[in-house]
Amino acid sequence: MPCGPFDALVIGAGIVGAACAEELARSGLKVAICEADIVGGGATAAGMGHLTVMDDSEEQFSLTHYSQLLWNSLAPELSPEAEFLPCGALWIAADGDEMTEVGRKHSFYTSHGVTAEILDAQQLLEAEPNLRQGLAGGLLVSGDSVCYPPCVARYLIGQAKHYGAVLFQPARVVEITEAGVRLQEGNCISASLVVVATGSWARELVPSLAIRPRKGHLLITDRYPGFLHHQLIELGYLKSAHAMQSDSVAFNIQPRATGQLLIGSSRQFGSKNSTVELSLLGRMLQRAVEYMPGLPQLSAIRAWTGFRAATPDKLPLIGPCPDRPNVYLATGHEGLGISTSLATARLLADQILQRKPEIPFRPYLPERSHVHHA
Amino acid sequence: MPDLRVNGCRLVVPDGISVAAAVAIAGETAFRHSISGEPRAPLCGMGICFECRVTIDGMAHARSCQIQVKSGMDVRTT
Repeated sequence: MPCGPFDALVIGAGIVGAACAEELARSGLKVAICEADIVGGGATAAGMGHLTVMDDSEEQFSLTHYSQLLWNSLAPELSPEAEFLPCGALWIAADGDEMTEVGRKHSFYTSHGVTAEILDAQQLLEAEPNLRQGLAGGLLVSGDSVCYPPCVARYLIGQAKHYGAVLFQPARVVEITEAGVRLQEGNCISASLVVVATGSWARELVPSLAIRPRKGHLLITDRYPGFLHHQLIELGYLKSAHAMQSDSVAFNIQPRATGQLLIGSSRQFGSKNSTVELSLLGRMLQRAVEYMPGLPQLSAIRAWTGFRAATPDKLPLIGPCPDRPNVYLATGHEGLGISTSLATARLLADQILQRKPEIPFRPYLPERSHVHHA
Repeated sequence: MPDLRVNGCRLVVPDGISVAAAVAIAGETAFRHSISGEPRAPLCGMGICFECRVTIDGMAHARSCQIQVKSGMDVRTT
């Protein structure tokens, strides 16, 4: 087993780690990847796989928009199993207040060069006939897509290997040292720098990080092609439904390339185990049925949970770890890890290789003070 | 005796039988086709294997072995 020295060692082969490994290997670095379990098996496999441009802050927009450009150039390389589906996102307004929010979002997107179209109640029903009557309208962002992230992670790891990277698996890193990492079995791998891309588990290796696991539930149905055409997201998603403090649910549904429907979403802090909680799953589905009354007629085949890596300011940590000169971070993406994985990798490599970035990376630097415990 | 349609053909069957039995009486051997195009038919007969799925009155993925026939049903194999 080759034990280095490597230029860079990436811990975690979720989609963020896989993208970082691919980017660094393609840039000419000698890269190692340590994965404790399987490639793309954590939050990467649990999430919805949306590739969405977000408008909740300029920083989030900048990162998601840049990443979408990278996704669109990667998409033609991906195999059908990656299920890249450019279905667009349709934000649903239930009432007049939410229609006002549609107007605000429309102004934001169009002023930032993103195509967005306001739909009235009638146009909304024409776009999605299985929505209930009486909704106010929506905003169609046609450039958004969905994908099946574990297969993309596997592809990126394959590309990284193609560029010379070495995957150690299973290899659980228990300590980051000045010379590299130490594995559970006691072996050490030496590397000039270490990238922590272990999502909500990042605090196991860097305890000072203010990352909290935020549990989510999802459910997938059998195949019903034609039932749904776009990813639908209720506009309550950002205001009341997903408050930072309490458990919350929001309506979010995706058509998959298989004809299946993927239904979310829930957010919980404080839940430590991955058990499906029927009370929360029930609330989540009830919320979905309020928007799509035909859902109870369909068969669900599986429900599961995963853990997002949440930061207090809802922006990821991309860059050098304060006080740890050989450690870089690529975590804290919460619900946008798939969307922003490719931009994360590019910005991280720009910093490591001292290249000029295409967007400013300062907003995502881990050094921003409020992310750390006192 | 229930009077139903299987793939558009009218069929009168004994009371109380399953839709799966009615589909078999109609002479259909492929209840559904898998994603890769293979023909499928009831295996377990008790609602576990999901191989017997048909479309009943427009609702896809109905497990025919678990549903009793009713007059007027429109059953489609897929």
